[in-house]
Amino acid sequence: MGENIPNGIGASPRRKEDQRFLTGAGNYTDDINLQGQTYAYFLRSPHASAAIKKIDTKAAAAAPGVVGIFTGADLAEAKVGGLPCGWLITDVNGQPMKEPPHPPLAQGKVNHVGDQVAVVIAETYFQAKDAAELIEVDYEVLDAVADVATATQPGKPAVHDIAPDNVCYVWGHGDKAAVDKAFTGAAHVTTLEFRNNRLIPNAIEPRAAIAQYSRSEDSYTLHVANQNPHVERLLMTAFVLGLPEHKVRVIAPDVGGGFGSKIFLYAEETVITWAAKRVNRPIKWTCERSESFMSDAHGRDHATKAELALDKDGKFLAMRVHTKANLGAYLSTFGSSVPTILYATLLAGQYATPAIYAEVTGVFTNTVPVDAYRGAGRPEATFVVERLVSKAALEMGIDQAEIRRRNFIKTFPYATPVGLTYDTGNYEATLAAAIKIADVAGFPARRDEAKKRGKLRGIGYSCYIEACGLAPSNVAGALGARAGLFESGEVRVHPTGSVTVFTGSHSHGQGHETTFAQVVAERLGIPFENVDVVHGDTGRIPFGMGTYGSRSLAVGGTAIMKAIDKVVAKGKKIAAHLLEASDSDIVFENGNFKVAGTDKQVAFGQVAFAAYVPHNYPLDKLEPGLNETAFYDPTNFTYPAGSHICEVEVDPETGVTKVVNYVASDDFGNIINPMIVEGQVHGGLAQGIGQALLEQAVYDYETGQLLSGSYSDYTMPRADDVPSFKVDTQVTPCTHNPLGVKGCGEAGAIGSPPAVISAIIDALKDLGVREMAMPATPYRVWQTIQSARA
Amino acid sequence: MNMKLSFKVNGKAVEAEVDPRTLLVQFLRDHLHLTGTHVGCDTGQCGACTIHLNGRAVKSCNMLALQAQGAEVTTIEGLAAPSGDMHPMQAAFKECHGLQCGFCTPGMVMSATALLKENPHPSEEQIRAGLDGNFCRCTGYHNIVKAVQTCAGGR
Amino acid sequence: MYAFQYHRPGNIGEATALLGKLGEGKALAGGQTLIAAMKLRLAQPSDLVDLGGIAELSGIRADGDVLVIGALTRHADVAASADVGKRIPALAQLAGGIGDRQVRAVGTLGGSIANNDPAADYPAGVLGLGATVVTSQRSLAADEFFTGLYETALKPGELIKSVSFPVPKRAGYAKFANPASRFALIGVFVSQAANGTVRVAVTGAGNGVFRSAELEKALTANFTAAAAAAVRISADSCNGDIHASPEYRAHLVSVMAGRAVAAALA
Ligand SMILES: Cc1cc2nc3c(=O)[nH]c(=O)nc-3n(C[C@H](O)[C@H](O)[C@H](O)COP(=O)(O)OP(=O)(O)OC[C@H]3O[C@@H](n4cnc5c(N)ncnc54)[C@H](O)[C@@H]3O)c2cc1C
Ligand code: FES
Ligand code: FES
Repeated sequence: MGENIPNGIGASPRRKEDQRFLTGAGNYTDDINLQGQTYAYFLRSPHASAAIKKIDTKAAAAAPGVVGIFTGADLAEAKVGGLPCGWLITDVNGQPMKEPPHPPLAQGKVNHVGDQVAVVIAETYFQAKDAAELIEVDYEVLDAVADVATATQPGKPAVHDIAPDNVCYVWGHGDKAAVDKAFTGAAHVTTLEFRNNRLIPNAIEPRAAIAQYSRSEDSYTLHVANQNPHVERLLMTAFVLGLPEHKVRVIAPDVGGGFGSKIFLYAEETVITWAAKRVNRPIKWTCERSESFMSDAHGRDHATKAELALDKDGKFLAMRVHTKANLGAYLSTFGSSVPTILYATLLAGQYATPAIYAEVTGVFTNTVPVDAYRGAGRPEATFVVERLVSKAALEMGIDQAEIRRRNFIKTFPYATPVGLTYDTGNYEATLAAAIKIADVAGFPARRDEAKKRGKLRGIGYSCYIEACGLAPSNVAGALGARAGLFESGEVRVHPTGSVTVFTGSHSHGQGHETTFAQVVAERLGIPFENVDVVHGDTGRIPFGMGTYGSRSLAVGGTAIMKAIDKVVAKGKKIAAHLLEASDSDIVFENGNFKVAGTDKQVAFGQVAFAAYVPHNYPLDKLEPGLNETAFYDPTNFTYPAGSHICEVEVDPETGVTKVVNYVASDDFGNIINPMIVEGQVHGGLAQGIGQALLEQAVYDYETGQLLSGSYSDYTMPRADDVPSFKVDTQVTPCTHNPLGVKGCGEAGAIGSPPAVISAIIDALKDLGVREMAMPATPYRVWQTIQSARA
Repeated sequence: MNMKLSFKVNGKAVEAEVDPRTLLVQFLRDHLHLTGTHVGCDTGQCGACTIHLNGRAVKSCNMLALQAQGAEVTTIEGLAAPSGDMHPMQAAFKECHGLQCGFCTPGMVMSATALLKENPHPSEEQIRAGLDGNFCRCTGYHNIVKAVQTCAGGR
Repeated sequence: MYAFQYHRPGNIGEATALLGKLGEGKALAGGQTLIAAMKLRLAQPSDLVDLGGIAELSGIRADGDVLVIGALTRHADVAASADVGKRIPALAQLAGGIGDRQVRAVGTLGGSIANNDPAADYPAGVLGLGATVVTSQRSLAADEFFTGLYETALKPGELIKSVSFPVPKRAGYAKFANPASRFALIGVFVSQAANGTVRVAVTGAGNGVFRSAELEKALTANFTAAAAAAVRISADSCNGDIHASPEYRAHLVSVMAGRAVAAALA
């Protein structure tokens, strides 16, 4: 990659977005206030499962300031549909998954604590909330089910009548017969049974929305903290409200973090959009954190049994995985695909395991819906693979690095037995780099020194892979996706040569305004300062699928590249006219259109000017203007991969685990802005370490009450819970997109949990510890030591 | 019954009549339109609402506006020099990429400046401990710590 | 938050008079507990009597072998006080470990002990040092002050003015923070008076701070970390929740007692 201009590809210009964020000038949804705005408050179910016998809103409607109160009955009467699921999973018998209705406001029954029962709209937020307390709901409390591991057992209450055993689907992937056969002859079988802990995303900006209806235009504008405004609009208009898509504009302004939780179409923004016309006033809704805990889609929550068959030399022969995945009370937008398509396809990891079979049971429970959370399926898969590998190495007495090297995929492209084709990679390189940076050679000395202080040190490995750059639409469609997964980009060259880029991806921390500007500046040879990036507005951007699955640069960036190609192609024609040369003789280099082999040239800016002031212009052959749009649908996924090594120190007296050294060597392909990439890794690592050591959504399995419903009980990683990280990158460029990029947003969260857990087990192995559940809180570590000693 | 409130915000005198249940953060955001101070939780734990009250970092979501009677309040909007030049801590956050989505950032910067006021040359451990009243979900804290170190080092 | 009336008296007399005549009125100190509870609609006082304007309630004063700390003194001021640091460093350390920077800048000693949260830090210091709570009506020994879960001997309308801490020969506080809330999962405050009397107060374990007779006995005989750590605490005296079982809490009491003694001897 060339560095033709300052702040081009490969440089780390400081971010364009920072000035506004650092001075308090950011524009998040809750910062916006509209003339005549009212406030919404949602009354939520206090019960995990209950029949609603009656709702009396009379007293509430008469309360001061109340503008409107709506319940499920009002929505039903207005023929408002249910919230849709975007991915159809077909079960082992070829049957479609069970899709229970998901009304935006409960109709007859509530299915989880936090389920929306009614909305109160009032002049002030205090008034809305005061009035909501006057709504009388007559509930008949029913038995609830919350534990994914036991919810399918006979006799358990059913969340939905259409799924009496709480099974949404049983889905299989891989060659079961080949796997079973490989297991019978195996020299060694390693077995693992564990729970992948349930997490709550906790973007620091709570969800928020403001809906407005214009009587003059008969149209709606929705500001919403969301990661993909076009998808939000499509789902809301076409599937729920039955509104013409062109009559709704969705704007996702500055968004304070998403991590998946702001991908989905939620009830609240849908209801206030509908209600905005009813009350003919703008309606603002801002989630309180206590509500976020019980209404933002949760992540993970698997119960898994996994087995790895090996030959006597530690070569992997086959893998068999059975997972029960909690889907929560309803199918969230991508809830069905996360534990299936985004999970089982990754079970090969970095290894040439010849046969793999996975069976996933999607389970309904009376809990908040579960959907994509940073990594989405891939952290779960990586945990299965890397814990199996680490445990097998320990059982067979093979060095942790050595067992991995023996099984690495070494030639590319490589078709896995679970349906993906890895285009490129170099797993030995990242592992070698990580081992060096982590000073694995010095570990025994550090362990001995710690021991003198009464502390136990351990080291853990994780070699992860992820499939990013979602996704080839035809592949996704064949797997049940109900949407395309391409991306769009528009490059608008202004008459004076500055550029505005419109992208369908969305930044909520990733720094698109900087990274995309670097790409455009480099390709057009213009100053970085002259490029602005616009995202998050269906009114300004042609179309977009948004940001998730580390797809922004690989897919969204490529769409922009394609648009740039069109700009350059047209620019060449204009330049040919200006330079009186033939089109085919024009080359574009460093921001100048040149006649090849001569010193005749015109600058990009001159060409732009000519395009908009076409006095000397081939108007007979060419339209004026320089504004190009492109759509890009990827031909494959991208496959970021890497090696993480974690070193921990455990205090056996209290069970406290400290991460004392963390190394990540990642291969993200080419890197546009190393500073931003490192930042993405850091953030992912803190979330992965959070999953491994701190975070857990806890439900009372009897009552379905959420016990970890606030920051007093749900442990968010704080600055002193994590170390400084050592991050490194190795590069094998992606082979199928022009930037050679793979994506980096989720790697940290995907790679780290097994590294941390394996490190703890390594520290405690002499005490007889072989398993460690997540999160490895001090209490759990202490308990595990006690039972190992007993 | 509304009550009279007078105090100073970012150097300017403010007089208002407020409903006593108005939180300081609500007053700043809704009445003064200083929306740089954010709300990330309802239990006084995330620190997104951190401001300076008489020079000390406090959580503006966990006190009444009336409790600021007679006080001097500084918000993120008041941190930069009147010329518009960023405060050295703001500049260090930018230089070190100590922010991503930017939502925790104003509170984080206000806490970090208070931390350095109390301890101008903190160790990494002291910085991490000293920021325990602020959550960041994006950065993993790595570059926030670096920013505070950079600011303390005057680099 | 529900609506309420707000008052800001200028002295203690006015404050107690107001509280005396307002039925559901409550004193407001730092508000770190009270405002938080009102926001979640868990508390609904008709009136708030803000103590913030009463200067005489704040301050730290050394008085012979007693340290007197005003009820409205902020945690941060106790933590940073040279007087406290010199005479009872364990108390300064305790105050410096409460909550976070922002909470410490606002929260007060009086508010903390009046609230008597079973996982709060100050109650351990007050009980572990055998301090005296001076109110608008009387003086109460720590042993009489803390009466149960969120309960104290304070009568309606009675205000804490200050707390008098006798300066011990040595003292130590060890806190094992709840990973989520950072309140004390277990906190143990140990002190040895000039005359040799040992007091051990435990917070976080049960339904309110308590003294441990076993630990006091062991440490009276032998004031060493090993002696403290060797005492086995019965899990029956401890609570269990999603963060810790009674057994783990009981175990941590021994461990933290040992660490508190080590700190006292350091
Ligand atoms: C995020 C967070 C973390 C925290 N972490 C900890 C921690 O780790 N350890 C810990 O111990 N505490 C912790 N706290 C609580 C904190 O220490 C509070 O400051 C303290 O509990 C209450 O003090 P306050 O001045 O804010 O009292 P307020 O909230 O104003 O009042 C509390 C109660 O005391 C009464 N009261 C106040 N002053 C008096 C008085 N002078 N006389 C009689 N009654 C009075 C009030 O009427 C009220 O009922 C934390 C709080 C928060 C928000
Ligand atoms: S908003 Fe979370 S602490 Fe104030
Ligand atoms: S930058 Fe997003 S929460 Fe800190």
